[in-house]
Order: sequence, then C-alpha cells, then structure tokens
Amino acid sequence: MRMSRLLAACLVCTAFLAVAIGPAAGAAGKTELTFWSWRTEDIDAYGKFIKVFEAKNPDIAVKFIPYKNTEYNTILATALQGGTGPDIAQLRSYGGMEALAAAGYLVPLDATTVPGLASFPKDLLKGATNRHDGKVYGVPFAIQTIQVLYNKAVFDKLGLKEPTTWDEFLKLGATLKEKGYVPLANGGKDGWTLETLFGGVAPNFYGGNDFADAVIAGKTTFNDPRFIHALKKMLELRPYMPPSFMGVGYTDMQMMFAQEMAAMMIAGSYEVGTFERLNPNIKIGVFPVPGEKAGDGGYVAVYVDGSYGINAASKHREQALRFINFLATVEYGQMFADELSQPSAVPGVKPNHPVLAEMLSLAEKKSTPHLMLVGFRFEQPSGSTLLQTNLQGMFSDKLTAEQVAAEIQSGLAKWYKPFQK
Amino acid sequence: MLERLFRRRVYWLFLAPALIVYTVFMVYPLLSSFGYSFFQWDGYIREGFSGLTNYAKVLFERPYSDRLVGALKHNVMFFTLTFAIQTTFGLFLAVMLNRGGKFLRACQVAYFAPYTLSLVVVGFLWLLLLNPTWGQVNKILAAIGLGRFARPWLGDMATALPTIILVNAWRWLGFPITVYLAGLHGIPEELHEAARVDGATSWQAFRNVTLPLLAPTIGMVSILTFIYDFNAFELIFVMQGSSGSPFYATDVLGTFFYRTAFGDSTTGGEVGQVGLGSAIAVLMFLLVCAASIVGVWLIRRREVEM
Repeated sequence: MRMSRLLAACLVCTAFLAVAIGPAAGAAGKTELTFWSWRTEDIDAYGKFIKVFEAKNPDIAVKFIPYKNTEYNTILATALQGGTGPDIAQLRSYGGMEALAAAGYLVPLDATTVPGLASFPKDLLKGATNRHDGKVYGVPFAIQTIQVLYNKAVFDKLGLKEPTTWDEFLKLGATLKEKGYVPLANGGKDGWTLETLFGGVAPNFYGGNDFADAVIAGKTTFNDPRFIHALKKMLELRPYMPPSFMGVGYTDMQMMFAQEMAAMMIAGSYEVGTFERLNPNIKIGVFPVPGEKAGDGGYVAVYVDGSYGINAASKHREQALRFINFLATVEYGQMFADELSQPSAVPGVKPNHPVLAEMLSLAEKKSTPHLMLVGFRFEQPSGSTLLQTNLQGMFSDKLTAEQVAAEIQSGLAKWYKPFQK
Repeated sequence: MLERLFRRRVYWLFLAPALIVYTVFMVYPLLSSFGYSFFQWDGYIREGFSGLTNYAKVLFERPYSDRLVGALKHNVMFFTLTFAIQTTFGLFLAVMLNRGGKFLRACQVAYFAPYTLSLVVVGFLWLLLLNPTWGQVNKILAAIGLGRFARPWLGDMATALPTIILVNAWRWLGFPITVYLAGLHGIPEELHEAARVDGATSWQAFRNVTLPLLAPTIGMVSILTFIYDFNAFELIFVMQGSSGSPFYATDVLGTFFYRTAFGDSTTGGEVGQVGLGSAIAVLMFLLVCAASIVGVWLIRRREVEM
C-alpha cells in the first residue's frame, strides 16, 4: 500500500517534470508562429510548404491552424479585436481585408520589408490594398479567372468546336440540348453563382475595361445602357440552362458537369481541381465567352482570391516577416500551383496543369476585373449582394434589366463616394 | 441571528449557478446589443454615440425599410400558416389519437419523431428531396401523372417560402400534437358522458366541451409557436443561405438581422454593420416580447372568466 503510494507520487512528479521541461528542451530557441487559414481541405499541402520553409529556417516552427470557411471571417475578426489571433493570417481579398487593415490589426508591407512584392502587378496588389491609405497589407496567394469550362469528350463526340461569336455560342447550346445534354450547368438557386455567370458573360457586352474603369471611377453609373445591354444578353442563355434552373444550387451544378450530364459551365478556375477529383476521367477544355462579332469579347474576369498578412499584435514580427517573404517567392508559388491545382498569384509561376496554364494564357490575352468583387464589395449593401439578389429577380421575371441596374445603382449610392456627387 | 440570516440567504446559493449562466449568456448579450444599437460602427470599430440613427435607418430608409417590411411580412406568413396547420390538422390528429389503441400509439410516435431531429438534418434532407434534378418530390409527381406541377420548389419565388413553412410544419407538428394530447387527457371523462347523455353529437361535444377546455392549451402552444416563428432562422439558413434567396422571397427577420450584423456569408467577404444589426435584433426582441405578454394576458383573462 505504502509502496504503491510512493510509486504514484514518483509518477506524478516525473509527469510534471516532463511537462515542464519537454517543450522547452524540444524547441531550444525555436520560435513558434501560428498561421490561420480557412482552407481546411489544404492542411496536407500547407504541411509540405511549411516543411520546406522550416528546413531553411531551423529557428522557426510554423503551426497551420485552419477554421471552417464560412466562420473564418468572424473568428479572425473577433480574435484580432481582442488583441490576440495568429502571427500570420490568410486574408480575404478587397473589402474583407480592408476592414481589418483599416482597424489597424495588420502590419503594412512594402518592397523594403517584402522585396518579392515589387514584382507583383499593381492590379493584383489591389486585392490586398487598403484604399484609404494606399498601403499593401498582404501577399496575394491565388488569382481566379472566370470562363467557360467544357467537356472535351462530349465536344469531340458531337464534332463541336469552340465558338468565336455569341451566335455560335447560342447555336452550340441548341445543338447540345438537341442531343440530350444540359448545355450549361449554371443555375440560380445560390445567388453567388449568378454573379459568376455575370463575370463570364457581361464584360463581353458592357465593353470590358472601358466600362469597368469608368464605373469604378464614378464617371458613369450602372444605369449606363452598356450595362443594361449586358444584363439582357445574360437572359439569352436561359434556354440552355438546366430545367428548373432557379432550383439548381451550386453543388448540383458541380455534379451535373462532373458527371457529364452538362457539357459546359461558366465557372471559376477553382473548379478544375474539384471536377477532376469527382471524375478522374473528365477532360476539361476552356474558352472565354465570345462577343457579338469574332474578336469582340473574349474577356476573362480575374480577381485576387486572398492574401497572407501579419497580425499587428504579433510578438514575433521579425520571424513572421521571414515567413511572409517566403510566401512571396516563385518557389512557393510554384509549389502552391502544383500542389493545389490553383493559379498562384506570384508572378513568374508557370502551372504544370495544362488547363490552368491555358486559363492563365487566356487571361493574359484579355482580362478584366471581376467587377463587383474588385470594385464594390467594401460596404453594405455590397455590389455583389445587390447583383446576386437582383439577378435572381431578373431570372425569375420579377425585374427587368433596367430595374436591376437602377436597384444596384441606388443601393451602391448609399456608401460609394464616387456615386454620391 | 446569524443562523437565520444564513437560512434566509442560502437559497441564493442554489439559484446562483442558473442565475450566473443566465446572466452571462442571456442578459448580458441582450443588454450589450441594446447598447451597440445606439452607436455608429465602422466595420468592427465602435465610433461615436449616434442616438436613434440606426433605428431611423432600419425603419425609414430604403432599402433597409423595404427589407424590414418584407421580412416582417414573411414572419407573419410563417406564423399564420404554421398556426393554421397546427390548430386544424394538428388538433384533428390529436383528437383522433386520443381515442387510444396500439396502432394510434405507433402513429403518435411517428408524428413526434421528426421533432427530435435537428433542424439542420431536416433542412438537408428536404433539400435533397426537393432538388429539381435528382430530388424525389418532382419524380413522384411525374410518376403519378402530375408532372406539370413539378417545379423548382425552393428556387421559385412563389413557392420557396410556403415550401419551407411546410417542411417546418412537418418537423414541428409533433410538438403541438403531443401537448394537445396531454390537454385532452386532462379533460374529465364525465363531461363527455354528460354531453352524450344529453344527446350531443360528437361534433357538438367537441365544439362545446372539448374545445373550450382545451383553449388554454391551444393558446399556450400558439404563443410558443409565435415566439419560435418570429425567431425563425436555422431552417431557412440551411436551405437558402442568409441572403433570403431567391430575390428576398424567403427573407425573414432572422436572416435580415444575420446578414446585416455579420455580413452576408453567402455572398462572401462583406463586412457586418453591428449597429444596424443590433437595432434589428432589439426591434425583434421588443416585438416578440410585447406580443407574448399580450398573448399570455389574454389567456389568463379567459381562464379567469371560465
């Protein structure tokens, strides 16, 4: 009895010692950085990236902590507000990042602290810039492009070619429908997929960057006939969307395309990886939505997906900067693109994936900002919310294109300074 | 002396755990959102005191006022339809079940079963059933020759909200039925016997004996339904997201509040407006609180009369 008690006491003591000494001995002089993300699905890939970094920086250990995508914004904002949070955080682009930067929660970055930033094009850095002070607060990690994805096998079987004019595009839809395919997988139940549809189609009819630049600068409004014309053009796709498309949600769209029920989908570059996972045999081709005449249109909408930034309250700013610098290298960008099948935002990265490479080359030829996200997603009601809900109204025949335009304009005028003149 | 003091105060000790939890998780958030609603907010930073500006905005400024009125109408519709279903169909089922018997007991369990499911499960289940491409609802309609009635139930502006209300009723109905049954058991059998001796038909007996005695139960269940339906959120959020999709056809006060306060998670990246959101939350609270007090008062008065 007494013996066992002694033994227990010894055990407790050793346990205490192990706890007290263990981590200190294990991490002699090592700084641990925490790194928050919303990419729970990328935990293995980030593990690999971090290993490469740690091999070069033996004095730093990075801990990757992902949270649920839809709750991430709230979790991060709450933590930063309370003066805690990670050393490094994945940040949403544009308006999502700006609110945190404006509140002073993030460290401003420039080419002196992060030399890699110098090579990023200005348009990309906009995704991580606070418009109020013009400073950059993050290193962009991915860009996304919006275009038509099509099933190559189906096109080959039916002898179809990539269209060069809008009429050819519609005719393509009619042929596919005749042959029993759903021509376009796009539905309308989840409003945001309508914004993606808009990103693929509308720039080719509102006149690409001319209109986009003018409306962002406040030189024209959304009541511009070019914008209304573009909305009306979107409606011409209705016969080629799935039956009961207003009930078709995002996952339905994905399944229809991946299971080869639908032959085309106007979608973001981020879908490629998902489709290939759902159906390893699928052969995906891409083309931009054509304009009225051959040579018109062909715009690919581009936006920055997000960036990596440093918490202003971090106790290890110097080490965090070293990690951020690593994230801005071509080496990292290449790993990111190959491992995750997503276009890296780092200039000079050439994706190995042929579909991604083609998307990027299309975007290099003719790109335009994904309008509402890049220009109007900063305050409420955001351009995205207005566009998405009002497009649902238009596709349900409750609103005309003119009404949609007027609703968007009056909603944005509530907070968008250039519209308040 | 000391002992008496202790004895008098000791009940606090037993109340404390519940009281602390209630204060921390109910009273404090309620008061703080009340406080938030009087301030101007820039994203997550609290700025100056702004009095009733947020309330004025929500109540009188477009597009907020349109959304508020739209959402309120949908809540009223949600409650009215649910109330209608549970006090007709639900009550009918309860009276039938009250006749007893093995088969009916099994039915009673079956009706109550959906109520034990989580709203999220119910939402996903019906999302699958109602899916226009793969769902069973449209397929069954087509199979029995009613294919022309097939539609995108949740994507059509005309059917989206009624569909959700029916899904909610499917889950909820077990609760009122069970409470009605308890109420029916409480009515003394002699009264029914007396009615029968007096030559009352079964409808007359129900109308003049059962219904008046069940009225307080129906009243209480209705108040609970009211509170629940005016705070409706989970099912709609699971099935349609927080943007009131399609085109605000399913927007209720709960989704309007969530979207405004925390940013629209379905559109992504939008920043919440804490002040406006809090104002909506306070208005919701006042509405539900006032209506419930009036409801309880009406029931009490009726009980006294009887």
